[in-house]
Amino acid sequence: MRYKFLTSAFAATVALNVAGPAAATDLEVTHWWTSGGEAAAVAELAKAFDATGNHWVDGAIAGSGGTARPIMISRITGGDPMGATQFNHGRQAEELVQAGLMRDLTDVATKGKWTEVVRPKSLLDSCTIDGKIYCVPVNIHSWQWLWLSNAAFEKAGVPVPKNWNEYVAAAPALEKAGIVPLAVGGQAWQASGAFDVLLAAVGGTDTFLKVYKDKDAKFAAGPEVAKVFKAADDARKMAKNTNVQDWNQATNMVITGKAGGQIMGDWAQGEFQVAGKTAGKDYTCLPGLGLNEVIATGGDAFYFPLLKDADKAKAQEVLAETLLDPKTQVAFNLKKGSLPVRGDVDLNAANDCMKKGLAILAKGAVIPWTDQLLSQDSQKQKEDLFSEFFAKPDMSLEDAQKRFADIIASAD
Amino acid sequence: MSKSERPSQLFRNLNAKVASIPMILTAMVVFVGGTAWTVLYSFTNSKLLPRLNFVGLDQYYRLWATPRWLISIENLLIYGVISLVFSLVIGFLLAALLDQKIRFEDTFRTIFLYPFALSFIVTGLVWQWLLNPDFGVQGVVRSLGWTSFDFNPLYNSSIVIYGISIAALWQGTGLIMCLMLAGLRGIDEDIWKAARVDGIPMWKTYLFIIIPMMRPVFITTLVIIASGIVKVYDLVVAQTSGGPGIASEVPAKYVYDYMFFAQNLGQGFAASTMMLLSVMIVIVPWAYLEFGGRKRV
Repeated sequence: MRYKFLTSAFAATVALNVAGPAAATDLEVTHWWTSGGEAAAVAELAKAFDATGNHWVDGAIAGSGGTARPIMISRITGGDPMGATQFNHGRQAEELVQAGLMRDLTDVATKGKWTEVVRPKSLLDSCTIDGKIYCVPVNIHSWQWLWLSNAAFEKAGVPVPKNWNEYVAAAPALEKAGIVPLAVGGQAWQASGAFDVLLAAVGGTDTFLKVYKDKDAKFAAGPEVAKVFKAADDARKMAKNTNVQDWNQATNMVITGKAGGQIMGDWAQGEFQVAGKTAGKDYTCLPGLGLNEVIATGGDAFYFPLLKDADKAKAQEVLAETLLDPKTQVAFNLKKGSLPVRGDVDLNAANDCMKKGLAILAKGAVIPWTDQLLSQDSQKQKEDLFSEFFAKPDMSLEDAQKRFADIIASAD
Repeated sequence: MSKSERPSQLFRNLNAKVASIPMILTAMVVFVGGTAWTVLYSFTNSKLLPRLNFVGLDQYYRLWATPRWLISIENLLIYGVISLVFSLVIGFLLAALLDQKIRFEDTFRTIFLYPFALSFIVTGLVWQWLLNPDFGVQGVVRSLGWTSFDFNPLYNSSIVIYGISIAALWQGTGLIMCLMLAGLRGIDEDIWKAARVDGIPMWKTYLFIIIPMMRPVFITTLVIIASGIVKVYDLVVAQTSGGPGIASEVPAKYVYDYMFFAQNLGQGFAASTMMLLSVMIVIVPWAYLEFGGRKRV
């Protein structure tokens, strides 16, 4: 009797053990979404994936993309790939794909009719190499935003500016009130990104494309771009007392009214939301710095390394489908403050700023972003230049522009 | 040494030789082999993945035309001179003071050596807070009433490397002191007595008798300090991450950033080869003098 009981108990555990992995496959997903708003958004993705009966193993890597990407790449090239990983779509994972380390998703894409639902089309183009699709875009991230603290401008006694020029003019009043006019954190990509935004806003779309797409070094050394450097010089003077490192610390200065504003991508919006601020009342957003209302179609995408385990490969397909699911898209992007990659989803819950972004997107005023146009090598050189430029008040504009033109000349 | 045993030289101490084979292999394959591989690939245009596509000296031309690399070299020189001079001087002075048969010597020794137990990352973070203008030394002095007090090295491009050197000295001097103390204790008591009989003042005894006698200790110390200088990386990452701007960059960080952030292995390899070359320029003549000379004597 006792013997029988034991065997049946043993059989039960064995059955459970077998049943476990078959029903739920663990898939490790690495990403660098660690700030408050980002973590809330990624939890939505995990929830949606877990609902399919699989299990999302969160592999968050703190310290923004610059820190996370080397770790992800060395895991993939080192033969210990994760189930799926975030990259900014474009050229960051180009060589991994060319080396055959990433999974071709064309089948899943044809089944889900991605070419029809994903909008704008350039997003999927960035995922396509030699006619095959290698990544799932999950959101559109545009850098072109100026976030302004209404409270800070009230304290300084000036109206909230409507564009970059008014903002520059209001800077002395802000300084007088003990407010840092512009918050730019110490991480190198922030300075470099702010310049790119100025290039598209002050210089205009054509200027931006001529420099980064055509890589016209002569033009980059010319008077059109010199105007942009003049604006960058204003930004440098306005930002000189920031003294913080991370982008969300800089955003926090705007949220608390210690800084007048920040040039930062739409991911900053998640921080305002977590802090319980309302767009239009507590803060103001100006897409394209109020000068040139365009949106860059950079963003985040998930790439799937080639795995040997068949169960996990199956789970990868499920995850790819889940990520583009309309419901997931809405839940994720509302928390993240970014725009969905599908045109056919309902975004009534979107706030003012997101609606502005959606309207621009609907008009088709989109430009490709530097992640799509430049190699990581050129990006890094640009970061080195602009982090030096922003930290060194005595670096002359001519000097900086000459070095910028040199980078463009050798860019690939 | 012993000419009579020459025929069996290869098989002498066979056990010891067999036991050291793994280490010899590791050294040859991992260190020498890895170095040769790196130098070879520094002449290619490898990006994210290594590829044998030779481009001659292009990576080196680009390296020496990059402002960030030049700043890194300059920083390394300043940091090197400071840590070499100050850790030797302070380390020796502390050791000489401890050697005066004072009371609680053990306690003092522990206190001085204690920072060495911390990693560079922790040291960097501690000093990042201490030198933070709002919370650290400057903030404390200002809150005491001296409101114009200015001590803000980490946010000032022109002096940031000194702020890093302070942290490095705080961490490393204790070890140098211990090495020096060991050297001082190795000096025969009779030498001191003889010097005293001859009426030589104490500072002169140290300078002209004791220090020359401590030559081996100094050489060991020098090698330890020098290797610490060339590989400085974690301290900078923890304290300033190269900032403000690129004012506190160092060569090791350039190598890492270009290999992994910029996905440009060729450029990173070229930079690391230059680091190797600079170490060789220092080490080879010294090793020749130190080890090559002995045979002739």
